[in-house]
Order: sequence, then structure tokens, then C-alpha cells
Amino acid sequence: MHRVVKISKGLNINLKGAPVADFTSVEPARLYALMPADFTRVTPKVVVKPEDSVKVGDPLFYDKENPELLFVSPVSGKVAAVNRGERRRVLSVVVESDGKFESVEYKAKDVLSLSADEVKASLLKAGLFAFFRQRPYDVIAVPSDAPRAIYVSAFDSKPLAVNFEIALKGNEADFQTGLDALSRIAPVHLGICSCQKSQALTVAKNVTTTIFEGPHPAGNVGVQINRTAPVNKGEIVWTIGAEEVIFIGRLFNKGKLDFTRTVALAGSEVKNPSYSKVVLGAQISNLVNGRVENKYELRYIDGNVLTGKKTAADGFLGAFSTEVTVIPEVMGGDEMLGWAAPRFGMYSTSRSYFSWLSPNRKYTIDARIKGGERHMIMSNEYDKVFPMDIYPEYLIKAIITGNIDKMEQLGIYEVAPEDFALCEFVDSSKLELQRIVREGLDKLRAEMC
Amino acid sequence: MKFLRNYLNKVKPSFEEGGKLHAFRSLFDGFETFLFVPNDTSKSGVNIHDAIDSKRIMSIVVISLVPALLLGMYNIGLQNAIAAGVADSTSWFSMFLFGLAVTLPKIVVSYAVGLGIEFTVAQWKNEEIHEGFLVSGILIPMIVPVGCPLWILALATAFAVIFAKEVFGGTGMNIVNVALVARAFIFFAYPSVISGDAVWVATEPVFGLGAAVENVDAYTCATALQHAVNGAPLAGAAPDVVLSTQDMLFGFMPGSIGETSVVAIAIGAVILLWTGVASWRIMFSVFAGGILMAMLFGYTMPENPVAQIPAWQHLILGGFCFGAVFMATDPVTSARTETGKYIYGLGIGAMAIIIRVLNPGYPEGMMLAILLMNVTAPFIDYCVVQSNISNRAKRLTKKK
Repeated sequence: MHRVVKISKGLNINLKGAPVADFTSVEPARLYALMPADFTRVTPKVVVKPEDSVKVGDPLFYDKENPELLFVSPVSGKVAAVNRGERRRVLSVVVESDGKFESVEYKAKDVLSLSADEVKASLLKAGLFAFFRQRPYDVIAVPSDAPRAIYVSAFDSKPLAVNFEIALKGNEADFQTGLDALSRIAPVHLGICSCQKSQALTVAKNVTTTIFEGPHPAGNVGVQINRTAPVNKGEIVWTIGAEEVIFIGRLFNKGKLDFTRTVALAGSEVKNPSYSKVVLGAQISNLVNGRVENKYELRYIDGNVLTGKKTAADGFLGAFSTEVTVIPEVMGGDEMLGWAAPRFGMYSTSRSYFSWLSPNRKYTIDARIKGGERHMIMSNEYDKVFPMDIYPEYLIKAIITGNIDKMEQLGIYEVAPEDFALCEFVDSSKLELQRIVREGLDKLRAEMC
Repeated sequence: MKFLRNYLNKVKPSFEEGGKLHAFRSLFDGFETFLFVPNDTSKSGVNIHDAIDSKRIMSIVVISLVPALLLGMYNIGLQNAIAAGVADSTSWFSMFLFGLAVTLPKIVVSYAVGLGIEFTVAQWKNEEIHEGFLVSGILIPMIVPVGCPLWILALATAFAVIFAKEVFGGTGMNIVNVALVARAFIFFAYPSVISGDAVWVATEPVFGLGAAVENVDAYTCATALQHAVNGAPLAGAAPDVVLSTQDMLFGFMPGSIGETSVVAIAIGAVILLWTGVASWRIMFSVFAGGILMAMLFGYTMPENPVAQIPAWQHLILGGFCFGAVFMATDPVTSARTETGKYIYGLGIGAMAIIIRVLNPGYPEGMMLAILLMNVTAPFIDYCVVQSNISNRAKRLTKKK
């Protein structure tokens, strides 16, 4: 049987609006965008102009540092715009779909007979290499590196997250082929949840499977690495999302690219939260229109409530996003003496509120910070929700003070911003921990590379 | 409450940059966020936040201090009446009113001086006002004797806020407990108002309340620990020294305003532990350290009168309980790692008893024990964190 790792520290936030296991069909979007900001580290060099026609798999931009690393169009059609911001930074490359999803032709291959270099070359050519991230630094992987291992987490434990088993249904063969392909590059570790029963996960071949039990962040790949074989200085580990493994499988099985994702529309302000088949990078208008309540001003989130980015009702799905979440921006604002009021309807991990009385109640939480930023005052807040062998408070302090040696010693190579999302949620000092960690990683990378 | 919000919205522009009242921005900001939870929404990172914030945490601490404060006020009246010999003819309510009249000016002075400095610094540094002083401001009047003059209290508060807190960067950055620094300042600069036999009981009426104690010089009103140092047994010999266990528990004895009542402090402790605001590890280990050290002295020093106080009595006398519950558990100045908290707590408990027993000059050791361990706490944490660091380094060398 597989090894079981029990995780005790963490927190499941009970939110209203979890997606039900049901599909809602939505009209395919007209516009699709690839945003370089999603691919941390990459400096994009755009290779298309507006009006160019592209197929699925034609490159839109590449990485200036590693020109073989391509970022390809998820749809066929013609380029609608290359949007630039300050100092000509590329914000997005938008493609108008012709509705045909015609792919560049690749050859179907038997992955198990290929060498590591051949698999890498195929992935690079098809633009699928762009979905590998690496620890340390949580950035897009560099193709020339030789990773110690590749980690795939097959479940997302965040609040209102998608259930990967639903996305997996009908894609089991592609998922296995994807894992086979990864196993040619480096040993593959698959993390699954004790609640997952799909055969494609429990008896997946050519991988080391570990079962994780416990609250969020058990599903975070960073926690899974830390609890099985932590990243040491000088080592490189690659990670890739479970759904992206299916993309890889499709490439080798069918010889074609197909970026269709199973995307959830979730959140307290969604009328019937459920799943839809949507192609990567799609404009979310068709997905959300007519399906949200309009009691409050709404916040549309590209991704999860804990880690996603704020977007608009006509924003685009990020390259790594598997869900769109809609929550109230401000609910019951101008709250008088809120710090002293009982606030019965509010969720808190602190017993100075009353949410501990009703553990099964589902909460609507708005986007308010509900307090001012302070210095770190309370101790042990982060540790309670941080199941790694790291002292999070001390690591954060080392990052704030810019102490590179201390960051290294305290284990910054093992973490990604998303690992600090729960700490940021519970923090009574309201520090922007994910931003702090991101800046720390960037700073360290600039020093080391 | 709509009109209040509208009014604040109306006057807000004059406090902003370039406005007429810009010099009072921090004051306006402080009151606005005190009255209304800001509607700011998250810009980066998580899109949702826990409802807890530092205002809530600080107000929980203040609430947990209220029982000790109220009982302390009653005790002031009671001690005054006993000293004047009119305890039987004075109602509990007028005793409480007298205590209130004596204590309220101290609280007002402490808050006015401390918050005044905080607002000025916040304005100067262009920061939001931090809530830390809400707690320190109520703690300071509770840990001084009733006879402490207001001007000394004001001076001590100003010294503590500026030199123990603001120079380090404000709430969350201080190394030693602000309220205890205020007390230590009085202790070293004006020892006559905080130690000895004469300061623990109010001897003059205030606002027509309370009774005048005639022949003040003849009446000694030392704390229980002071008696023990003088060699008097706690129960028995002199009539004014007899203390029943009940008196010790409820705090009907001379002492600093808030420190005497174990029962009231226990109520506060329950609130703090239940809400998780204070660390049970620290509280538990302070008591454990105190008991162990007191028992050790009890066996090894039969001649020393203070060492012969039973261990459990050590814990309920003087400032031990108050320090353990409200001072040692200050999250900013205590050890921050879980293992470190045990060591830190044990150190405080043991050190308090060591000072009580071995120091001939001063009967109470809790204040100095906590200040000493405050200074040591970063080192304790350093050692604990260092073990994590060396484990990581070992992992790396094993790999190679």
C-alpha cells in the first residue's frame, strides 16, 4: 500500500458556494489571452502581431533567457491585440478564436520508448514546458536543469477548490500517459488525498504515490514535498498541476494540443456553483454572465479565494487557474465598533468570535481586510496553519529585513507564496505575507543566479 | 449611525494632506478606525481575511483586566476603612466609590500621557495609530501603589512609552514590557513611593469620600511579603498582620491596585486562555517554575523567613498571579517559539521566588523577574530556531 502522511496543522475554511459535481455548458468564449505575469520569472519576447493567424500550438511569445521555451496559443484564430503597460511591459496577448480549435500537427508517440531529452524536446516544441514550475523560487522551470524529482499534487485542498476527480473523468488514459512522460525526465511523486478513489490515481503507474490526510494545506505541493523529501540548497524539484499532466498526455496520445480545462465557477455570490469545460485563457464573461447574484458589489477572482488574482467580469482565465470565484467586495460596510461587537455572522479562527460554536456552518466572507496593518504582535498564529518543518514567523522576518543568509538557513528554498496563504488569512496583524514571500524569493534569485 | 459616518466623511478632507487640520491626521484616523471598521479590501495575496484584528485582541485583554480592577478599587476602600478604624460602619458601596475616586485619576493620567505620545509619534512617522497602549495604559495604574502621586505616574508613563517602545519602533517591536518599565522607573527613581510600609493604603479622603487615617506615622500597612521579610509570621502574632487564606485569595490586603485579588485575576486568566489571546504554555510554566523554586528553598533554607512561606502561598501573594497572567504572557516581549515559551515561563517563576527569598532589600521579585526574562527571550528563541537551522544544515551535509 502507499505511504500515508497525516497532517495535523492547517485549516479548512467553510465557505458558501462550493461547486457541486455537475456540469453547466457555456458558450465558448470569443477572446482568449495569455498573460506573461502568470509565468513568474519569464521576460517575454512577443513573436506575433495583431491580425496574424495562429493555430493551437503556434507560439505567441518566448522566454528571452531561454528562447527554446515557447508560450503557445490555446486556440486557433487571429491575434486581436498585444497589450502593453508601463515601460512597454507585455500585459497580455489576446487571440480571437475562430471556433475551430485547429491544432498544429504533432506525431502521436509511445512515451515509454522515448528518452528524457526526446520528451523534453517534444514538450518544449508544443509549449507545454511552460507549465513546469520549480522549487526553489517557485518560478517557471529552466529547460536545461536536471530536476531531482517531479511532484504532482492530484488534489486541491483550498476552500471552494475544484475536485480533480471530476476533471479526471474521461481523461484517465491521458493522465497516465502524462505521468509516463514525466517519469522519463525524473522520478515522479504523485500526492493524492485519502478521499480520492479513482483508479487512475490510486493505481497510477511509474510514479511513487503518497496519500495525504488532513486539512488544507495538505493539497499544496510544497507541503507534500516538505513532508516527503524537503528541497535542500542546490537541489531543484519541478512541480506541475494535475490538469496540465492531462494536456501532456493528450499531446503524446493524439498528436494534438487540446487545452480544454474543467473549470469551476464557485463562491457565495454564484447562483449554481458547478463545473464547465473551458479552454485555457478564456474570457470569463460567458462563464459568469447571468449566473451571479447582484446583491453586493462583486469581486471576481481568477483562481482561488486564497491565492487568486482580482479580475473583472470580462477578465481572462489565468494560465494556471482552474476556477473562477465570485465573492462580495464589501458586505455590510461602515461597520460601527466592529472590533467590540459580537459579530455573530463572521468567521474567525479566534474564540473571541463565535464561529467556533457552529463548525458546520458555511460562511460568506467578503474581501475586506477588517483591520489595519500592524507589526507582528501575536506569536504562534502562523505555526498553527503551517505544517512544514520551518519557523514561518522567523522566515518572514528574515525576508522583511533582507537577511539572505537567514532566509537560506530558515528554509526559503522549500516554500512558495501559496504556502503562506493560510498564514495571511489568519494573521491578526494583516501583513501581506504572500507578497512578502514573493519579493523574498525574487530577491534571493537575483542574488544567486 | 449614518449621520456620524456622514459627518466623518464630511470632515475627513480637512485632515488629509494639504487640509487645514492635517496636523491632527493621526488623531482623526485613530478615532475613525475606532468607530468604524475600515472598508479597505485586499489588494494582493488572499482575497478573504479572518475577522480577528489587533483591536479585538487588545480589547479582550482590557476586558480580562476589568474584574481585577474592580476588586482592586473595592480593596482600596476597604483598606482605607480598616486603617481608619471604621470598617464596620462603612458600606461596601462607599468603599468601592472611594477606590474609584482614587483610581480613576491614575487611569486618566496614564492614558492621556501615553496616548498623547502615541498620537504624536504616529503623526510624525505618518503611520496609523497602534492599539498596544490600550492595554499598557490600564496596566500601569494597576501595578502601582495607591499612594503613588500622579506626576510621578505621568513621568513614568512617558519614560516607558518613549524609551521602552517608540525608540524601538512602536507596538510589536519593543523588547521589554512597557507597563513594567513604567513601574521599574518609579522603583528606581522614586523608591519611596513604591516600597516600604507607608504607601499601600490610602490615608486621606478624596472628593469627600473615604476616611482620614489619624496618626499616619504610627500605622504600618505593609504588604504581606514585606511582613515576611521583617520576620513577622503571616498569621498569628501582630493583630494587623493576620491574613486568612480567604483574604489572600480575594485580595483583601494591602498591595498594588490590581494585583491583590487571585480570584479576579483567575477570571481574567480564563478569558485570556479561552480566547487564546494569552499562551497557556507561559502561564502554566510560570506557576510551575514558582512552585518548584519555592519548594526547593523551603527544604534548603530553614532559617530564612521568606523561604518558609509555603509554596502555594508564594503564588497567591504579591504580584505573582498578576504577573503570570497579564505581564509574562505579553506576546511581543515573551518568547515566540513554543519550546521557548516553556523555558521563558519557568525562568520567570523561578527568578521571582529567588529574588523574593535571597534579596534582603526588596520583598517582591515578579517585576524584575519578568523584565529579566523579557531581555532573555530573544536568546531563548534564538537557540530554539538555531536547532531547526542546524537540522536543515545536517540534512544538506548528509546528502553530500
